[in-house]
Amino acid sequence: MIYFNNVSKKYDKDSTALEDVNLTIKAGEFVSIVGHSGAGKTTLAKMILAEEKPTTGSICFESVDVHKLKSKDLTKLRQRIGAVFQDFKLLTNKTAFENIAFAMEAVGKSDEEIMNDVPHVLELVDLQNKIFHFPHQMSGGEKQRLAIARAIINQPEIIIADEPTGNLDPVSTYEVIQILKKINDLGTTVILTTHNRGVVESVGKRVITMEKGKVVRDDKDGKYVI
Amino acid sequence: MMNKLRRVINAGFINFKRNGLISWASVLVVTVTLSVITGIILLQAILNFSLEQIKNKVDVTIYFTVDAPEVKIMSLKESIEKLPEVAEVTYTSADEALALFRERHSDDYPTIQALDEINENPLGAYLNIRAKEVSQYESIANFLSSDDALVLGSSSIIDKVNYHQNKVVIERLNSIISGAQKLGFLVTLFLVIISVIITFNTIRLAIFIAKEEIGVMRLVGASKMRVRGPFVVEGAIYGVIATILSTLIFWPITAWLGHNMTNFLGVNIYDYYVSNFFQIFLIVLLSGIALGVVSSLLAIRRYLNR
Repeated sequence: MIYFNNVSKKYDKDSTALEDVNLTIKAGEFVSIVGHSGAGKTTLAKMILAEEKPTTGSICFESVDVHKLKSKDLTKLRQRIGAVFQDFKLLTNKTAFENIAFAMEAVGKSDEEIMNDVPHVLELVDLQNKIFHFPHQMSGGEKQRLAIARAIINQPEIIIADEPTGNLDPVSTYEVIQILKKINDLGTTVILTTHNRGVVESVGKRVITMEKGKVVRDDKDGKYVI
Repeated sequence: MMNKLRRVINAGFINFKRNGLISWASVLVVTVTLSVITGIILLQAILNFSLEQIKNKVDVTIYFTVDAPEVKIMSLKESIEKLPEVAEVTYTSADEALALFRERHSDDYPTIQALDEINENPLGAYLNIRAKEVSQYESIANFLSSDDALVLGSSSIIDKVNYHQNKVVIERLNSIISGAQKLGFLVTLFLVIISVIITFNTIRLAIFIAKEEIGVMRLVGASKMRVRGPFVVEGAIYGVIATILSTLIFWPITAWLGHNMTNFLGVNIYDYYVSNFFQIFLIVLLSGIALGVVSSLLAIRRYLNR
């Protein structure tokens, strides 16, 4: 489904974010990408969303090189991917309802669908009481659950969760991981980047370990080993 | 399509409301710019009125000999009226000229007495010519001095043409008028450019604050149009509100100027403002909307390509 072919990323002569990465992620997988800060996990995630361009190599979604897509096609690709970030990246001027509605509007859903689906997804992430709250009126865990609700509302083929538990307490971390597992159980591919050992071990699925921009381990049913 | 448009417009209004102080700061700056534009329109009106007044005071007079037959004068008048540069030609007969002279010198007893003693009209008829532009008097005067252009033999009945006496004054006035018009245009251009730059930077700042959100919208799969649209609508809202505010501000200002400065300015600026209100409102409204929309479009462009 996603292929990294000899991907390298250099910001300048002395700063290498990724070095010769080759990876294949199959549909329906739950892949944890682990490593210390600066190992290249976030760069890898950003490249799938075409937020970052590789210096060399290519990233293909199915048979399409995502960095060769035109603006319109890139928009379409992003509509097939749900993204969750450590800093939530919610629209601060919009309520919980509007944040999710915006993602639905982006793919052209009708007002009726929006009115029906948004309360459901908020209920799924236990935010039914925060429907008209703005992000600044929510806790970190609530914001992250809202971000997940936004990521899954259009039933994407992949969820990219970049350090989604980085700013959360243990209880919220557990809740977020449970939701991601549930989404994966329903058939969605999940790519999770984290440096939280507990998270990786509670998932118990494929683990890719990165160090200084290189993939150093790729274990099925792996554990956090650094 | 209509649904998308409705959502974009709706989002623009909601953003405007929720951005609070930032929105009103932008409205304030656009209001200042539109007030400058309104002020320039009014200043141009005063300048044009004053220049028109001055222009109307300039004319060329052809004085005829005392025995010049009226038929010849009238045929000359007709041929002058056909000149494209000529705005108006007025004929004053010898009798009318005498009556006007007597009226003008009614307090000057010796002159009137001398006139009575002559016992005949010493004044000839004259034609008063007003050109469309001050700069055209020279070509009219040249035309008059060329015998071929006039009715055959008419040069013999012309006593004098006063253009050559007034030439220096007319030329000086002409250069002052064109100088004033050029200066007015340059000042207008300068003020408009400065105001537009300030407005553009304010709106750019408002959009810079939202750059993170723009990136997020793109990441969740929103098209460029869907991201750009509400900002453009917001820009248009700045323009509309600023137009209303600036036209309201000028109501009391022009009323005060009309009441207190009409004699000094030579024109009642309040009357001008009221009678041309819809034209001024339309110019300011279109300028305001264009300013808001174009500034938003330019400012958001750099954040959209992510």
